[in-house]
Amino acid sequence: MLSEEEKREIEAELPHYERRQALCIEALKIVQKHHGWVSDEAVRDVGEFLGMSPHQVDSVATFYNLIYRRKVGRHVIHVCDSVSCWVLGCDAVQDRLCEILGIKPGETTDDERFTLLPIPCLGACDHAPAMLVDKDLHGDLTPDNVEALLERYT
Amino acid sequence: MERPLTELIDLREGPLAREAYEHAGGYEAARRAVCDMPPREVIKTVEDSGLKGRGGAGFLTGMKWGFVPAGDDAPRPRYLICNADEMEPGTFKDRYLMEGNPHQLIEGMIIAAHAIQAEIGYIFLRDEYHRSAEALRRALAEAREAGYLGDSVFGSAFSCDIHLHTSAGRYICGEETALLNALEGRRAVPRAKPPFPPVVGLFGKPTIVNNVETLCCVPHIVSKGSKWFRQLSLTSDGGTKIFGVSGRVKNPGLWELPMGTPLREVIEGHAGGMRGGYRFRGVIPGGASTDFLVEEHLDIPLDFESVQKAGSRLGTGTMIVLDDRTCPVGMVHNLERFFAQESCGWCTPCRDGIPWIQKTLAAIEAGRGRPDDIELLHMHTRHLGPGRTFCAFAPGAMEPLQSALKYFDDDFRRHIADGRCPYNNHQTGNSNGNHHH
Amino acid sequence: MATITIDGQSYEADPSANLLQAALTLGFDLPYFCWHPALGSVGACRQCAVRQYRDEEDTTGQIVMACMVPVADGLRCSIVEPEAAEFRAEVIEWLMSNHPHDCPVCDEGGECHLQDMTVMTGHCKRRFRFPKRTFRNQYLGPFINHEMNRCIQCYRCVRFYGDYAGGSDLVAMAAHNHVYFGRHEEGILENEFSGNLVEICPTGVFTDKTLKHHYSRKWDMVSSPSVCSHCAVGCNTIASTRYGSVRRILNRYHHDINGYFLCDRGRFGYTFTDAADRLRRPLLHPDRERDVETVAEPAEAMKRIREIFSEATGVAGIGSPRASLESNYALRNLVGSGRFSSGLPRIEHDATTALLEAMRNAPDGPGSLRDAERADAVLILGEDPNNTAPRLALALRQSVRNEPIRADAGSRIPRWHDRAIRDFVQDRKGPLFIAWPASTRLDDLAAGTHRAAPDEIARLGFAVAHAIDPQSPAVTDLDDSASDLASRIARALKEADRPMVVSGTALRSPAIIAAAAATVHALRRTGSGGSSFLAVAPEANTIGDAMLEGAPLETLEQQLESGEVDTLVILENDIYRRLPAPATDRIISKARRIIALDSIATATTNRADVVLPAGSFAESDGTFVNHEGRAQRFFQPLPPAGDVLEAWRWIGRIAAETGTSKQNEWDRLDRVLTALARDCPELAPARDAAPDAAFRANGQRFPRAPRRFSGRTSILSHLSVHEPKPPEDSDSPLSFTMEGHSGQPPAALVSHYWSPGWNSSQALNKFQSEVAGPARGGDPGARLIPGNGPNERPSTAIPAPVPDDDQTLLAVPCYEVFGSDELSARAPAVAERIPKPYVALAPTDAEHHGLDSGDSLNLLIGELRVSAPVRLDPKLPPGLCGIPAGMPGWSVPHLPARASVVT
Ligand SMILES: Cc1cc2nc3c(=O)[nH]c(=O)nc-3n(C[C@H](O)[C@H](O)[C@H](O)COP(=O)(O)O)c2cc1C
Ligand code: SF4
Ligand code: FES
Repeated sequence: MLSEEEKREIEAELPHYERRQALCIEALKIVQKHHGWVSDEAVRDVGEFLGMSPHQVDSVATFYNLIYRRKVGRHVIHVCDSVSCWVLGCDAVQDRLCEILGIKPGETTDDERFTLLPIPCLGACDHAPAMLVDKDLHGDLTPDNVEALLERYT
Repeated sequence: MERPLTELIDLREGPLAREAYEHAGGYEAARRAVCDMPPREVIKTVEDSGLKGRGGAGFLTGMKWGFVPAGDDAPRPRYLICNADEMEPGTFKDRYLMEGNPHQLIEGMIIAAHAIQAEIGYIFLRDEYHRSAEALRRALAEAREAGYLGDSVFGSAFSCDIHLHTSAGRYICGEETALLNALEGRRAVPRAKPPFPPVVGLFGKPTIVNNVETLCCVPHIVSKGSKWFRQLSLTSDGGTKIFGVSGRVKNPGLWELPMGTPLREVIEGHAGGMRGGYRFRGVIPGGASTDFLVEEHLDIPLDFESVQKAGSRLGTGTMIVLDDRTCPVGMVHNLERFFAQESCGWCTPCRDGIPWIQKTLAAIEAGRGRPDDIELLHMHTRHLGPGRTFCAFAPGAMEPLQSALKYFDDDFRRHIADGRCPYNNHQTGNSNGNHHH
Repeated sequence: MATITIDGQSYEADPSANLLQAALTLGFDLPYFCWHPALGSVGACRQCAVRQYRDEEDTTGQIVMACMVPVADGLRCSIVEPEAAEFRAEVIEWLMSNHPHDCPVCDEGGECHLQDMTVMTGHCKRRFRFPKRTFRNQYLGPFINHEMNRCIQCYRCVRFYGDYAGGSDLVAMAAHNHVYFGRHEEGILENEFSGNLVEICPTGVFTDKTLKHHYSRKWDMVSSPSVCSHCAVGCNTIASTRYGSVRRILNRYHHDINGYFLCDRGRFGYTFTDAADRLRRPLLHPDRERDVETVAEPAEAMKRIREIFSEATGVAGIGSPRASLESNYALRNLVGSGRFSSGLPRIEHDATTALLEAMRNAPDGPGSLRDAERADAVLILGEDPNNTAPRLALALRQSVRNEPIRADAGSRIPRWHDRAIRDFVQDRKGPLFIAWPASTRLDDLAAGTHRAAPDEIARLGFAVAHAIDPQSPAVTDLDDSASDLASRIARALKEADRPMVVSGTALRSPAIIAAAAATVHALRRTGSGGSSFLAVAPEANTIGDAMLEGAPLETLEQQLESGEVDTLVILENDIYRRLPAPATDRIISKARRIIALDSIATATTNRADVVLPAGSFAESDGTFVNHEGRAQRFFQPLPPAGDVLEAWRWIGRIAAETGTSKQNEWDRLDRVLTALARDCPELAPARDAAPDAAFRANGQRFPRAPRRFSGRTSILSHLSVHEPKPPEDSDSPLSFTMEGHSGQPPAALVSHYWSPGWNSSQALNKFQSEVAGPARGGDPGARLIPGNGPNERPSTAIPAPVPDDDQTLLAVPCYEVFGSDELSARAPAVAERIPKPYVALAPTDAEHHGLDSGDSLNLLIGELRVSAPVRLDPKLPPGLCGIPAGMPGWSVPHLPARASVVT
């Protein structure tokens, strides 16, 4: 079941679109904001709320990179792996992150603290390599400075 | 040198508030356009200014607006969409404009909406731009509060509101028709053209999609005139352009410069040239989907036509520099991995061709290349060209590859002949896999 | 017509088509995947590339997708141009990069569009050297098998299933080269048109699971043109057999009826022909009251029948809406028209007679499914098409797009440009109104619904007629919402170019049919040219049976009562399904002797003295008259085995045996048809539904077996190395072998779609006069009920309002696509989809009786007790309850009727 708050937030967006189903992505993001990810149940709930089948919702949900259909950790690290960051050594940064967290890209730490996901260009190419932790953008990364950056995310 | 788009921006100060913006003359153009200028006149002014779209394709903005059916029996509502998806690797200019001066964009949108008589506007923003979202949300509220948005804009008979839509992440969303599907809550697969969005767009209604930078030019054109805008440029394409440089240069960043500024001036002047110990090898001038330019092109002026003549495209004007110690095969592999990943999966050549390219490049880079691979890559660049795929995504993806095959042919062959990558600074590490979903 | 140039030659082409369509129509072999003649173009697969030139001067040209290029005068293109050809081969190479190459174990092998197109482009050498990506498959229910690794992502499946058929549980998921076609989680595909995926999918992702249980290759099956026996729409089918049993049903294109698609009842219902309760030998019941039965030789059974006839004071015949026209006619002839019953109880008989009258009086004759698909405003009065005439529902689903497309003034998107049309039309729908007691699966399209008792539905219809033309009498005491709706419907119908009214016998209400007819006539009087009446009937030959004008079953009961008749011949009719058991028992016990003919064992055959094994559609030749009065011939794919004979042939033998006619007079189908034509002028055109048995091309028959048939000499080699003599066919111009005419037969005789290079059913393109147009040489069948019938004023007896009644419920029949049809319900795969018994109840009524969903409800309907769990239907108006009709094991006949709740 969607919570009252989720419903309210989705409904607040309704007047901005010509058809209810146009809210599909918005609604999934609202659910994700509250739960961290989009479960099968959430897919069904969103569908019911918008007059779509769960299949139709999932068709949309699975298309987009930032709708998580699997559980993620408390903090999501999106490390840029696109060209400018690559030129400036994002592979080494990512390898270092994997080493610190003890996981591979796409995985979540055992304590569910972090999920590490590579992401296309974050638009921070002048400060490459860059990563996004939750909503915070961090640039000019090196294998040596990332560990300290993660400390504030508990 | 005039820098109309960026002169008020100081990112250390955060986004410019409405008062400060108005203090500097902001919203006057919009007020005048909405209250005193008939829509046709606005379109004419923008047409005369020679403004070409800054989203990559360089289409004449005024002309595009003119395609929207006018008249009382024309379909309603009409939509104006600001394309703020900016997911093209190497591109970071729109973010700067939105984080620095969101009202400038809103003002441009009000004028554009008036010109095409759109009653609803959307800003389609990529999700990762949290700071832009915050800035825009606040600015939209301020504008609404001031009566610049909503019912009777500036007290006129014209009503229009603008909504912020944040995306859920897919490069293809930036393609304007895929964007329409995303806004409708669907899979962001591009649409067939024709019909073009100005005739059949969002929810089947006439729609204009413009890039952030394009729209940011509009208030200045209206307030200072099309002639003034044209003379900002060093060439026939009007206005200034925000150029950006990333890669191993001394001073990566963004600069608003006259259209037509020579490539060398941008890289060696503004970006400070190569970092110590590195030499320039090539540059992708306008985001990931443009062809490499090399040493011999350094003196071309950066405008749509000249870059095209040199065999590439101005694209977004944000360039990525390749240095002599970075493997060009590795760089192209990185780009093609991005494209393979971000293909929407609709048409065959792109969906199944680019992954093949990517795997071939990975094999070459890892020392498992075969002599036939080069021809195979050439074959793909031929067959994924314009018209053969459903949208411009795949042809864009072929641009860096085809030019790399041309300018760095030796590198490809050496990889294959030696059975290893001759550059040892880049190992094919974790990031070779496909980890996005 | 436009003049276009392909590879230097000029041709005439239809300017409303696209270049791919035109090229195929002109006979070019241009490969394609995502385009489908019924689904239009979307430009996804990029397989149909050609080079287009601006003009004569242009030698460079550019590569374009033919399916996205409108035909226009002066269009120039090349198919053979090397780079275009290379690109087409490359598309195959890309598609094959992840394809498993498992043709030898794939059900599609040998009739695979992907195989055909691969060969067509010439791609043959694999260069992709990396591992293939693999998918997990899903369980999709008893009909469809899923094998995702074979997918080439042409998107046809979801375009058909979702966009065309309105299904919401099969979608495209994920992106890039991980695109997956399936469900959110595995489970039964809900949509009743899922079976078309088998033919829509160009490779082996979606295959026929019922075929899988007794698999055979296309080239090893013997097939014949058939007509679906599971409802009155009469979709044309191809029935394929091997080793004496039907292995599958495929669509056989009919331009005016089913087009490219069948419903799942029609596609998967065929296995009843192989069920354990099939009758294959004559049976004798020495004592009808006791369950003793002996298998008899045909001669012995005939002897018994001769005795029965000689002792009889009078013999009456009970015909059947599921038996062929020939069998019904033969029976009527045997017993005389005064003693022939339609086999229907009065309540159904009267509705059917009213329907037939309305069809005869319809200004343009009865409408077809194609008319429905092209209608731009539709009123459905008292039918639930998804369950009563499923293929019609699919046609109506397309109709709602017509009005919004017409509104496209500015962009003028061509009709075939599916991608752009859907972007333009969005969710806008043209007018479709539904009047039916409960919810229907077309409600998602409806501009308005009227959920009410049958008489109230009729009243709405009359009110619509009055609102269209005040000359039609007004309806008094109509409530406000119904009057509003009536005027909305009237307005929509009047404004339309092609309005259509759909009505039928589902609620057994002559008044509803009269109201529908009144509406059609009102439209015609007020000047609407294209108004059309679409009649819905329940069974494969309901209309043919009705046209023979037998009496209702109740009349026979009187004849038995009076002693005028003491013996019954019952033709393919389980009368226990038609009348409540006590009434049926009365008829059965009053009859001194009963002779029954049927293909299946039923409650009725169990009570007959003699049972003769009749052929099902698979072992019979015959004619069904469909809902639009079109006579359609079906041909046996199987020579009758054992003692099975067509019912008409049995009856002919009885006639010869008992001296009612000359020996063997009717031992040929054509002779029955000749007699029928002589006797019943209205039915005379039925003879022309297909060529007669003597028809030949160059002196040759038309083979049922494909050219590549490999079973000819090997099929019985485990028993004998001697090649058996092929069975002979005295009733049709078809042979049971691969010998015969190698060219295309007339459409009525098409046994399989095949053309050089085209082994899949897509070869159909070569059998049409133009792509998606009528069959070459004309579509088969013969319309018996022409247009411009006497422009009579239809009956205007408007029913009184249904009075409030707290004491009883009005029980109305409701229908299930899987379950309400007697024959398909016996097919195991269909049986899996039949819902559990239920009675639909409005929530307020349920509450009133203290019942909740699933609680057992006991009803007394006349002398009948009905007990079933409650299913709450919030759409059902209070005072009504819905009882599914014809359900196996618990059919509740004779509705509507008053029902009281017993506790
Ligand atoms: C694959 C692809 C991605 C694109 N991404 C963007 C983008 O992120 N931002 C943008 O403004 N234009 C993007 N475009 C271009 C748009 O389709 C469109 O041309 C542009 O938004 C129009 O605005 P303009 O005329 O102001 O340039 C993209 C095009 C393609 C083919
Ligand atoms: S080229 Fe084709 S698959 Fe690639 S993004 Fe465009 S439509 Fe999608
Ligand atoms: S058939 Fe033309 S692109 Fe698929």
